[in-house]
Amino acid sequence: MREITYAQAINEALRENMRRNSRIILMGEDIGRYGGIFQVTAGLLDEFGPERVIDTPISEAGFVGTCVGAAMTGLHPVAEVMFIDFTTCAMDMIVNQMAKMHYMSGGRGKVPFVLRTNIGAGRGAAAQHSQSFHSFFMHISGLKVATPATPYDAKGLMNTALADENPVMFIEHKKLFITKGHVPEESYSIPFGKADIKREGNDITIVATHALVQKSLNVAEEMSQEGINIEILDPRTISPLDKEAILNSVKKTGKLITADEGCVTGGFGSEIAATVAQEAFDYLEAPIIRVGSPDTPVPFSPPLEQFYIPGEDNIREAVNKILEYQ
Amino acid sequence: MVLSKQKKVEMYRRMLKIRSFEERIVDLYARGLVPGLAHLYIGEEAVAVGACANLRDDDYITSTHRGHGHVIAKGADVKFMMAELFGKTTGYCKGKGGSMHIADVDIGILGANGIAGGGLPIAVGAGLSSKYRKTDQVTICFFGDGASNNGTFHESLNLAAVHKLPVIFTCENNQYAISTEQTTHQTIKDISIRSIAYDIPGVTVEGNDLMAVYNALNEAVQRARNGRGPTLVECKTYRWRGHHEGDPNLGERYRRREDIKPWIEKCPIKRFEKVLLKERVLDQAKIDEIKNAVQKEIDEAVEFANASPFPKNEDIYEDVFEEEMGGSR
Repeated sequence: MREITYAQAINEALRENMRRNSRIILMGEDIGRYGGIFQVTAGLLDEFGPERVIDTPISEAGFVGTCVGAAMTGLHPVAEVMFIDFTTCAMDMIVNQMAKMHYMSGGRGKVPFVLRTNIGAGRGAAAQHSQSFHSFFMHISGLKVATPATPYDAKGLMNTALADENPVMFIEHKKLFITKGHVPEESYSIPFGKADIKREGNDITIVATHALVQKSLNVAEEMSQEGINIEILDPRTISPLDKEAILNSVKKTGKLITADEGCVTGGFGSEIAATVAQEAFDYLEAPIIRVGSPDTPVPFSPPLEQFYIPGEDNIREAVNKILEYQ
Repeated sequence: MVLSKQKKVEMYRRMLKIRSFEERIVDLYARGLVPGLAHLYIGEEAVAVGACANLRDDDYITSTHRGHGHVIAKGADVKFMMAELFGKTTGYCKGKGGSMHIADVDIGILGANGIAGGGLPIAVGAGLSSKYRKTDQVTICFFGDGASNNGTFHESLNLAAVHKLPVIFTCENNQYAISTEQTTHQTIKDISIRSIAYDIPGVTVEGNDLMAVYNALNEAVQRARNGRGPTLVECKTYRWRGHHEGDPNLGERYRRREDIKPWIEKCPIKRFEKVLLKERVLDQAKIDEIKNAVQKEIDEAVEFANASPFPKNEDIYEDVFEEEMGGSR
């Protein structure tokens, strides 16, 4: 079976869709000649030319808003915002324009637009290039939010994003770009709002996103030696959210851990915890535990950054704590 | 620029329609019959009409929070506008947008916009799309003197200039960003000089002179259609009403009543009316006839809005997303 990286999988999805659909154009900083800061758009300028692969000035509000206007008038743009931290420079365009145009206009204006960006610490880039506030966009009605954790999911979700006539925040993880996995050469789609059970188990449910999916799998594998069977669920899109799959899993296991790289307070895990507490309270056998980043900015110094990033130790600790609960 | 009689009469009629629509809102608002906010365009009609008279149905505009004039000038139906202002299901946006969000993409209205400067990048996107699709459509982007200080103004002019996009940035300098007068919010007098920074043409015209606006936009629109890129046109004008209906005493917190007076004397509609009478395009009887017809249209719009139903609670969940899954089309 063919294995390619997460970055190559997204590249392939973009390339295949651009071959099929001339409405698709790409805009972003250094996506053309440079191939994107993480090489996700490498080679696309050569194949599709500067009319379709547009290196923009450093103007996040400008080019994100340009994509909104282009989407409203017949194109299907894909923007790359170099780091999720930089979406703040375009927040009006994302929150007030892209997300709300369809609703405000009573459905007269549609915005088929995919905004690619990435989260994640671990590259020594400190507090303005490492944040993981993808859950912020869950809070904004009118946006769909995809959060691929594997190369396979990245390609399938991108295919779906480009077949959707709505705005999609496609939120990648920068530490996953070089990870490899099985990706079919043919085209396939992964529906939005459909969680993937990455591992089946009966004892504890972990709802994990992005890099924490693999970390949770590693812990689960290790714990299975001790006879503990952990179920791991990746929602794959945090909006729409597959609540049913999460609730069904918790109903089976009675125990929930959330594992997401965002800061814990007000984050993705909090939303999942609240949903489960509200809709599956009677099934819970232990307190819910949220694994995530500390409520601090991302620090620079390597030991501090490593301490910051939620890892296998944090997951193991959460599992043990839940198992100790009487 | 020599225009046909018919065209001139139509431009006159559009200005009157904007004025009558807005005057009716003043009345309805004062009587508590319109919910929410209304930012009125009275006194600035020549800008919207002079600009949009250069457009085809398939050209685009982006508008502002003060958008009624722009959308009427682009051909919006006052019936659906009025219903939208009333919050009714028959409104342009099914009552979901209100005054600040009227859009009709089918006739090129990409939306009024509640964010000052919000429409500029969207206009650039429409321009990029037209260029990419190899149509000769153009986009007029309306914004105010206030928005010219927003980052989106600079980002948008730069992007449009770099890609030579068919966008006409049309600044309505009504001299106030809400209550902050131009001398307080920028050091320049003519906003059009900012075009120099982007190496595009910039021109300032008297915004209350319909033909001056028309001619300036005509040149800019031709230029854009011929692939020669964007222009910044500044139209100096003045708003007679407060920032919104409800701004006390026509804005007396930041201006004097007598400051408004000279601008009322420079009424763009009366000014053009005089021209039409002088040129014998219209006589008084014909003018009265047009005014009556416009009034009737506004009356009918109010009746339509009144008779229309409010949305049902369950409608709140509709239109968050486009249901159609398109992909290639």
